[in-house]
Amino acid sequence: MSDRKELLRVRGLQTTFFTDDGEIPAVDNINFSVREGEILGIVGESGCGKSVSALSIMGLVPSPPGKITGGQIEFDGKDLTKLSQKEMRKVRGKDIAMIFQEPMTSLNPLFTIGNQLMEAILIHHKDWSKKQARNRAIEMMKLVGLPRSEELIKEYPHQLSGGMRQRVMIAMALVCDPKVLIADEPTTALDVTIQAQILQLMKDLNERLNTAVIMITHDLGVVAETCERVVVMYGGQVVEEGPVKLLFNDPQHPYTKGLIQSVPDMRFKKQRLYSIPGNVPKPGSVNTGCRFAARCEFAFEQCRVENPNLYQTSPEHKTRCFLHERKEVSAVDRAVVES
Amino acid sequence: MTEPLLKVKGLKKYFPIRQGVLGKVSGQVKAVDDVSFYVNEGETLGIVGESGCGKSTTGRMLMRLLEPTEGSIEFDGKLLSDLSKEEMRKARREIQMVFQDPYASLNPRHSIGKILEEPLVVHGIGDVKERKKKVNEFLEIVGLSSYHARRYPHQFSGGQRQRIGIARALMTNPKLIIADEPVSALDVSIQAQVLNLMQDLQKDLKLTYIFIAHDLGVVRHISDRVGVMYLGKMVELADSESLYSKPLHPYSKALLSAVPVPDPNFTREQILITGDIPSPSNPPAGCTFHTRCPFKMDICSKTVPVLKEVEKGHSVACHLYNEQGQQ
Repeated sequence: MSDRKELLRVRGLQTTFFTDDGEIPAVDNINFSVREGEILGIVGESGCGKSVSALSIMGLVPSPPGKITGGQIEFDGKDLTKLSQKEMRKVRGKDIAMIFQEPMTSLNPLFTIGNQLMEAILIHHKDWSKKQARNRAIEMMKLVGLPRSEELIKEYPHQLSGGMRQRVMIAMALVCDPKVLIADEPTTALDVTIQAQILQLMKDLNERLNTAVIMITHDLGVVAETCERVVVMYGGQVVEEGPVKLLFNDPQHPYTKGLIQSVPDMRFKKQRLYSIPGNVPKPGSVNTGCRFAARCEFAFEQCRVENPNLYQTSPEHKTRCFLHERKEVSAVDRAVVES
Repeated sequence: MTEPLLKVKGLKKYFPIRQGVLGKVSGQVKAVDDVSFYVNEGETLGIVGESGCGKSTTGRMLMRLLEPTEGSIEFDGKLLSDLSKEEMRKARREIQMVFQDPYASLNPRHSIGKILEEPLVVHGIGDVKERKKKVNEFLEIVGLSSYHARRYPHQFSGGQRQRIGIARALMTNPKLIIADEPVSALDVSIQAQVLNLMQDLQKDLKLTYIFIAHDLGVVRHISDRVGVMYLGKMVELADSESLYSKPLHPYSKALLSAVPVPDPNFTREQILITGDIPSPSNPPAGCTFHTRCPFKMDICSKTVPVLKEVEKGHSVACHLYNEQGQQ
């Protein structure tokens, strides 16, 4: 899997919001990459910067107050952060598309489904006729499993259920064969049985069209079920990154460990849930030391002063925690003693 | 065996659909349609279901925040459904509710102290000094501090606000707490804190819970027994152990298999049910689930199945489990 080409590379990305309360680094120097045809999960709690990262890639950070203040987003030989609005518009929707959490607010209630799908097509295919666009719209609706597409194309968003609306959003996002699809909490507003359908659809499409997907979610179940690799974010930073199995079986960061343990598992009953003490920090409220130190049961002096680097714990697995450094040191010590 | 704390029989709530200038009733939304269950003292009954299944409406009717169309609610030997408004207000001292959105359910203009004191004032409990003492006491019980009483809701995080919501529900020493999606607005790490708090309080204060939620993992964790609702009906009701290890109703099976499990090594047989939930204003005849059911039989579209005990402590409303169905 690791031999797959990197499609999108985020390097040292910094997105800051300039507010009355001062500068808030919502995304603070993050690095990750998306490989061809993979599903990458970005998981974290509210305010960890996962959505702002996605908006930064799309060039959709509300400005003002937000601004990308550093780093690069490399895609297809270009740095997306350097593109003009006009150039960005050509990439957005065509090469990189996005779907959002609440499908009702993302669709225009005044236009038919067909109208909105065709608009998305015609923006990027200026030479297409309306008929061509309509055929393509119907083809896409069939692809995402929408029934009676010929009639549905004339209907308005309010006539559709939540699950169907999300299918329309997916169809609209895929209409120009994007290379990367960013899905920001795509199933959070849906019921479980509908969520299962949408996740299945996204996995199928990922396989069939080889579209890389960035799945942003707070739900570890969704990550375990759909993703190949995972990036865990906390306080605007990446705290752990690795293949999904490695990350769940052998989590390295205390936050990841705590998060996995605090989800009630449906398969068996625990007497008591593990819970991470303290509150989820507001973005920008912790600026020194490890962002998680205040809630970490293993924290020591260094954690409160210095921000740890991302350590490579195995070829594919990284963690931002001093414990790893200590482990390495003690392993070296032991090796010395033993020799 | 002692009498259950709460007994609900044939509970129904139909909302009229009005049309035209004169508001003629043109139809009915059967939000809750003939639901019966009981809750024993000290236990937690979980109610799960998808949006529109009637779980919240059921919760509201128990407190008579919504008037039931039909059915009886018996609480602690009293028939709540027969009480006058004034008597019901007094009875609410014993039944309290915790809501989903802790921000929307706390008045932003009142200090926490005032919010927590309010139920005591309403029910005429204690004098000013005693009430203050009690506010401080309960703030500590839910893991906050007495100095928080002077602060306002916006100064708290979501998890802390939910703790305040819980404290408010506890002020009048109720026997029964109806919690409607109490943790679904919270982050995972905070959700675990609030669930643990609720379990501790149950043990310490001998509370009885009705826990309404859509998250099946959370419900299993906290509940002794669980009821599954679909389109206004209780389709299965069982001990949580029995329901989760051996669900009987096809809907419960599909629901349980649809939940993503946070373990990438786990593979399971997924029963994907197709289609959407039908509209409760025009529910399918017979079993309301037959339009999506993979095991549909002829009888299902004609006769409404009744909730029947098929194993000890395990009831299901499905034709697959009665004699005609097993032929």
